[in-house]
Amino acid sequence: MNLVLFLEQTLNGLQLGVMLFLMAAGLTLVFGIMNLVNLAHGSLYMVGAYLSVALFKLTGSYLLAVPLALAGTLAVGMIVELVALRTLYERDHLDQVLATFGLILFFNELVAIIWGRAALYTTLPDWLSGQLELFAGVRYPTYRAAIIVVGLGVAALLWYVVTRTRLGMLIRAGASNRTMVAALGINIRLLYTVVFGFGAALAGLAGLMAGPIYTVQPGMGEDVLIEVFVVIVIGGIGSIRGALAGALIVGMVDTLGRAFLKPVLATIVSPTAAESAGPALASMLIYLLMAAVLAVRPAGLFPPRG
Amino acid sequence: MTDQTALLHVDNLSKSFGALRATDQVTLQVRPGETHAVIGPNGAGKTTLIGQLAGNLQPDSGHIRFAGEDITRLAAPARSRKGLARSFQITSVYRDFTALDNVALAVQAHTGSSFRFWRPARADRALREPARTILDDVGLGGRADVLAANLAHGEQRQLEIAMVLATKPRLMLLDEPMAGMGTDESQRMVRFLGALKGRHTMILVEHDMDAVFALADRISVLVYGRIVATGTPAEIRANPEVRSAYLGEDEED
Amino acid sequence: MPAHARTVTIAVVLAALAAVPPIAALLGQPFYLDLFRRIMIFAIAALSLNLILGYGGLVSFGHAAYLGIGGYAVGILAHHGIHDGFLQFGAAIVASAAIALVIGAISIRTSGVYFIMITLAFTQMLFYLGISLEEYGGDDGMRLAGRTQFAGLLDLRDPTPFYYFVLAVLAGFLYLVHRLVNSRFGMVLRATKSNEARTRAIGFSPYLYKLAAFVIAGAMCGVAGALFVNQTAYLTPAFMSWTRSGEIMFMVILGGMATLIGPVLGAAALLLLEDLLQSWTQHWQIILGPILVLVVLFAKRGLAGLLPGGGRE
Repeated sequence: MNLVLFLEQTLNGLQLGVMLFLMAAGLTLVFGIMNLVNLAHGSLYMVGAYLSVALFKLTGSYLLAVPLALAGTLAVGMIVELVALRTLYERDHLDQVLATFGLILFFNELVAIIWGRAALYTTLPDWLSGQLELFAGVRYPTYRAAIIVVGLGVAALLWYVVTRTRLGMLIRAGASNRTMVAALGINIRLLYTVVFGFGAALAGLAGLMAGPIYTVQPGMGEDVLIEVFVVIVIGGIGSIRGALAGALIVGMVDTLGRAFLKPVLATIVSPTAAESAGPALASMLIYLLMAAVLAVRPAGLFPPRG
Repeated sequence: MTDQTALLHVDNLSKSFGALRATDQVTLQVRPGETHAVIGPNGAGKTTLIGQLAGNLQPDSGHIRFAGEDITRLAAPARSRKGLARSFQITSVYRDFTALDNVALAVQAHTGSSFRFWRPARADRALREPARTILDDVGLGGRADVLAANLAHGEQRQLEIAMVLATKPRLMLLDEPMAGMGTDESQRMVRFLGALKGRHTMILVEHDMDAVFALADRISVLVYGRIVATGTPAEIRANPEVRSAYLGEDEED
Repeated sequence: MPAHARTVTIAVVLAALAAVPPIAALLGQPFYLDLFRRIMIFAIAALSLNLILGYGGLVSFGHAAYLGIGGYAVGILAHHGIHDGFLQFGAAIVASAAIALVIGAISIRTSGVYFIMITLAFTQMLFYLGISLEEYGGDDGMRLAGRTQFAGLLDLRDPTPFYYFVLAVLAGFLYLVHRLVNSRFGMVLRATKSNEARTRAIGFSPYLYKLAAFVIAGAMCGVAGALFVNQTAYLTPAFMSWTRSGEIMFMVILGGMATLIGPVLGAAALLLLEDLLQSWTQHWQIILGPILVLVVLFAKRGLAGLLPGGGRE
């Protein structure tokens, strides 16, 4: 195992972690404030990916496609909130799970009707493809580096909003005591809509960034969604800090596990055993991690206070 | 001074929620057969105290000893099994079960194992008969087959008491049993609880002063989480600190 | 009287199911035999989920895991030349119960949203495990090496005996669940769902009861899985896809939670609906999705709620 490969995979882990964070932050915010389990969050991710690919093909300009895709995802999210999710705020979690499950089926099929079931491929604009020379001969794809930068930037922005602005104060207050916030005369409907919009935009951003490097096909949202669940459970539901910690941990463990578990195993057991057990174990790694965390901390690593 | 014959020893119990000291070094003893009332203004921490005694809340410090055994870390179900039963201030019964089912469940919790998978529980005489008797005792005999959700508020409060009695308690923690009841219903409940006096040990949290003075052997007054006085009804009535802090106020809930 | 109405309804439904093979033969449509056998297998899966979801209040979004475990138990044994039904079904039950015990022990310590997410995550883990089992088909799955046989008395290769075998299992499980939910154990389970704080206050510690129910439900669904792999004659990780978990959950809701006949009605309704929609368009899910949303929003009591007595125990 050489150092360059290890560094590269670590950066990949960071990149995955950052994207998981964008998804997790939206989901955990929506859960913490509105007590809403939204399985269709993955569908918004998918919409973001599809829109960015389609718009890039249409306009030829990446710089145009990105904000349009983001706006489009936001719009879709708002429509879904208005039409379907509003009634779910007062319902129990079972209803929310089932209703949003129905939405997933709808969106997956909608996307298949419009763009077909086959995976969609896209290219990157020249200025984003290629590699960056980082240091000491270590090179890393420009695009992935951009994702890391953007993701960390958004994390910083979120931190700023949540800790330094009035909106953020409402969010933190709402997360620990919903009824109190309503009793203070704050327009709860508006707060919910804004928070949901935030979440949708984050999911859309994650999706459009994922477009060029992950497979764009119907159902892509759900594979990510379940990983996001693991992130949130490990980090603590309702906590942004937990979402970040969980996302980075899961991103790292998953990436490094897939890259290095088989070779590491091969040093302990026979190569043939490692050949079959390695990939199996690697794909199970984050779930085993989740189980381990739960055994010690049933509420996650950083559960929200209050 | 600690009373060695006491059934319940509460020893310097404290609990804070952030900066709020909901329970502040509370110490009290309850003797067997005693009816001990806990009174205090709203926000004094009465329900928090009951919660810690029943096992729904963990204190930050202090001890609770029940029948000589330290139960401070014991979970609520285990305390119930040891004979410490509680009723809830906000009615908490099984709304989709009948009154009889409700009480039978309470009986079942203290009658043999519930890891029985075959025989119908509703045909189990060992559960149904004691349940019926208790329902008759509290005055709900005629309403046994009514769904709890369809009972009147006062009847639901009676059902709460019935469920407490069904667990064969050694100590009953009653959190505002008369909450939301009209005058007639309250008086009936007071008479019923009065009939239990002596045979049962009770801690009674109540706002209704008539009920408290009619039923209590001793009263502890809780203000801002602290016990400011403990004594007989006469002593408490005469206590100047209590009068100013509490009894002097309008008896408005 | 509600109790009699319930028994009559169940008897009628079972009788109707028993009549399907002769009717299908009469009409020359063996497809119906296949369809209704599939419905009954899913009814068993839904029945098992209803035990923990409808009666126990445990929103387990990973129940399809046991369909897969049961299927793989049979498939793997068949692959290695073991076709004896007692061994295969025995393995399916034991494996499902054991895994349910482990997953349940961890998950049931949590509640609410955590529980939903965790059960989903564990099933996904098993799904990925199934994909990585190259020897047993991996991602694509593999054909069942041979149908289950029971001591020369019954070969699940024969469509009609297989059908009646499934019917018998369904009827048996219906009776088993009936006894379970009315037993002392069942009452504690239902009480916990109705009001957990009250249940703890009278002296029950809910954890073990929930765990026991979870294991029983897992084992039952494992049997459904063993039957299912015989039905499809093909073994694939898709048995454990989370969309399958969602489907089973929908059958429970559609039919009516906490009722005996609900899962049967729900399985029939959903599978017949899917069949119908599939005949109209290959994009049937775009119609099914909104239908499911509407059912959740407006028809929570399910089909059993339309019956006299509401079907409830």
